[in-house]
Amino acid sequence: MSTTFSADELQEVARLKGLYPEPKAAIMPVLWMAQKKWGWLSEEVLRYVGDVMELPYAHVMGVATFYTMYFKKPMGKHHVQVCTNVSCMLRGGDKIFDHVKSKLGIGHNEATVDGKFSLEEVECMGACGGAPMIAINETFYENTSIEAVDALLTKV
Amino acid sequence: MYTAPHLVLPKISNLSDLNVYTANGGYAAYRKALTMSPDQVTDEVKRSGLRGRGGACFPTGLKWSFMPKGNDKPKYLAINGDESEPGSFKDRQIFEDNPHQLIEGILIAGYAMGISKAFIYIRGEYHKWVDLMQKAVDQAYAAGYIGEGMKKTFGGDYTIDIVVHKGAGAYICGEETSLMNSLEGDRAYPRYKPPFPANKGLWGMPTTINNVETIATVPAILTIGADTYAGIGAKGHAGTLLYGISGHVNKPQVVELPTGMLLTDIIYDVCGGVPGGRAVKAVIPGGSSMPPLRGDEIEGVRMDEESLKVLGTHIGTGGIMVMDDTTDIVKVTLRIAHFYHHESCGQCTPCREGCGWMEKVLHRIDHGDATRSDIDLLLSVASQIEGHTICALGDAAAWPVRGFILKFRDEFEARCKPDRSFVSLNVVHGRRATAGSLVESMR
Repeated sequence: MSTTFSADELQEVARLKGLYPEPKAAIMPVLWMAQKKWGWLSEEVLRYVGDVMELPYAHVMGVATFYTMYFKKPMGKHHVQVCTNVSCMLRGGDKIFDHVKSKLGIGHNEATVDGKFSLEEVECMGACGGAPMIAINETFYENTSIEAVDALLTKV
Repeated sequence: MYTAPHLVLPKISNLSDLNVYTANGGYAAYRKALTMSPDQVTDEVKRSGLRGRGGACFPTGLKWSFMPKGNDKPKYLAINGDESEPGSFKDRQIFEDNPHQLIEGILIAGYAMGISKAFIYIRGEYHKWVDLMQKAVDQAYAAGYIGEGMKKTFGGDYTIDIVVHKGAGAYICGEETSLMNSLEGDRAYPRYKPPFPANKGLWGMPTTINNVETIATVPAILTIGADTYAGIGAKGHAGTLLYGISGHVNKPQVVELPTGMLLTDIIYDVCGGVPGGRAVKAVIPGGSSMPPLRGDEIEGVRMDEESLKVLGTHIGTGGIMVMDDTTDIVKVTLRIAHFYHHESCGQCTPCREGCGWMEKVLHRIDHGDATRSDIDLLLSVASQIEGHTICALGDAAAWPVRGFILKFRDEFEARCKPDRSFVSLNVVHGRRATAGSLVESMR
């Protein structure tokens, strides 16, 4: 796997750069593109993003490490995010996190050996009305429970 | 019982579709704005009494009037949809149910301030809602409601472009200057103020940052008129508010109601009370950074900024978190402290270090390893963070810790074990390390 965007993707990068008064602003959407393509942002990917964005590697690294949603290490195919912030905690979110932790045998920000699952104890996801909630990759599952999470993890 | 108008989230199905939106009077407010001068539009918003819905309650019309006139340099509008305050989940309802009203609000605000480029910053976790908002923007572009097409659709020369920008998981980006750095492609550290964004904002140009709900309210104000709007809800904090109620209530939800509602009406009537008919122990009225109210204080409390200010707390984002009498207050405080420690950007020492220490000391209290003086230590750390940082995250971290201790001190003290040994390394003199001349002379 060589670390390069396809011609179409490079065109998309150019379009994104054009959306902002200065092209540097496109770094966040381009990092999103890179993470979608390669799953996580390795040093190689970050250096490549730096080349494409015409920005120093240090700057790209600085931006990527500021945000929790850019993965700086490989995560599982199914990235399970359990919210344990107050609204979810009041409705059992912390118990769901403990359950998933022991079920998958991994802790916060860790992935299973087979690469199928990774787990993250996330801060408020803005779904407090549906607490407790978890998200798997980009999908929210609200008003969930230990049983419902078990069923979900078996299904995926 | 509550016959308030639904101004931001009308009960119309499929309103997120542009055709449904226009069939229900969509863009009439913008057309009305075009018959007025930009200053008249700003004055109308000023007269309505609309205050920012992102937490600070700053008068929106006044904020707009800070923007310099003229077109000698570009000006920007940033819509803050970072919505990362725990307990807040209202803006996503607008992205989902009424995105075109947000777009129309951007058009009106842009026209009033002479802005031709707007950015909608949405938190990264809202993948689905970023897509929904992008879809609405694409639809509006295609139909000539945004961009060059506006000249043909509305006549005149004014146009505005809208870019949807997705965050990547950082609470701090809800802070307006941090949001600007994030948008520009830098690490999202907050900036010093002054210079204020209206003078030097995005890319050094005049910029206004408004919350999603604030801007989505603007078309409704033009439709019903500033005077009618000012007559809704509480005096001094007019209008409707998207309350987001979570925690121990039977029906957690986002609901649009006038400001100044009785908190007890919201908990017991709107949300069906507390599960199992339990008693209310504490309520956070406006997102996790706001000082809490104790259960015995909530009777008669009205949900508007002026009323809550008297009680030492704020309306914030209208995110109401209800806790019943089984709630462990120390654990809740620890969880909140953990959040702010996690989200502190690390730029200012009092916040970066202080938030960590507050979490550590609370952890010690939670585990029964603390002495009572640790409670005073916590208060002291909170005071040393508050007001000593570039942005308001420091205050947001300090307020709930201090608030919970002031309201529930007994509970914190009870966790400090009475049988604990008070002989610890920092209170005893263990080993002599210095010797004076007297000792020398006796040798």
